[in-house]
Amino acid sequence: MSDIKLAEAPPGVEGAGFFATSLDKAIGLARANSLWPLPFATSCCGIEFMATMGSTYDLARFGAERPSFSPRQADMLLVMGTIAKKMAPVLRQVYIQIAEPRWVIAVGACASSGGIFDTYSVLQGIDEIIPVDVYVPGCPPRPEAILDGVLRLQDIVKNESLNRRNTPEYKALLEKYGIHTNK
Amino acid sequence: MTIVVDTEDVIDVLRFLKSNNELQFIHLTDITAVHYPHLEKEFAVVYHIQSLVHNIRIRVKVFLHGPNPEIPTATVVWRGANWMERETFDFFGVNFIGHPDLRRILNVDDMEVFPMRKEYPLEDPNRVDKKDLYFGR
Repeated sequence: MSDIKLAEAPPGVEGAGFFATSLDKAIGLARANSLWPLPFATSCCGIEFMATMGSTYDLARFGAERPSFSPRQADMLLVMGTIAKKMAPVLRQVYIQIAEPRWVIAVGACASSGGIFDTYSVLQGIDEIIPVDVYVPGCPPRPEAILDGVLRLQDIVKNESLNRRNTPEYKALLEKYGIHTNK
Repeated sequence: MTIVVDTEDVIDVLRFLKSNNELQFIHLTDITAVHYPHLEKEFAVVYHIQSLVHNIRIRVKVFLHGPNPEIPTATVVWRGANWMERETFDFFGVNFIGHPDLRRILNVDDMEVFPMRKEYPLEDPNRVDKKDLYFGR
């Protein structure tokens, strides 16, 4: 017997030979279980992320099999480490290059708030320049915490409505960060 | 050992230290600056020079008036002074006259302050979670 567990099906109507559910839920399930991470690692949180991707913790179990080093082929941006102000435009550019839908996890104290680096040269949290979906606390967080952050993001992804990225609220959110959508 | 010289003489002194056959201070280790807000001449540019032949080091200090200190460039003596002077300009705002390319080297280009001056608040003003109350101030 295989001990591989399948993802639980969303609520729907089941009968002989068919299963009906809403398109939102089906697509959410697919998206949540195949998040392609783009690791943006600048310091020690990146080392914890390497452990998270390694065989002991294995982020691939949750469908994030392949770390992408091209923003064009990723949908989950993991920012791990201190972002200096000189790095900020680079990070912003990477975020803009990711195609919609895209999600961001700020891993660790530095990415979330600047951490101990309360100084003129360090960005006080990446949410000054890009929107963030999940914050993972810790300095650095253990791999379990990073996994927990990814699982929480999966919840967000599963429950996101298909229309969210076209709503005026979402566009206003991006405008707030000075990111202009051409639609 | 530290020698203090005037702005007008600094390049001649450096050139002498480098080219004199007895001394041969041929290696420029570093150029930096210090901000002394309590002094009348509040900035000091510091040259650390080493004689590789005799294995001795010497420090040359030049005191300057603020808030826009000016000093001739040492790139005419050592080409390697280029980036050191850019760094000193970046952090202290010391204007090295005659420098071929005096612009910021480490900080972001649009920065408007010189962060290592003691008048500059080190903590980022955008930080919202650090309330003075928690730090007893």
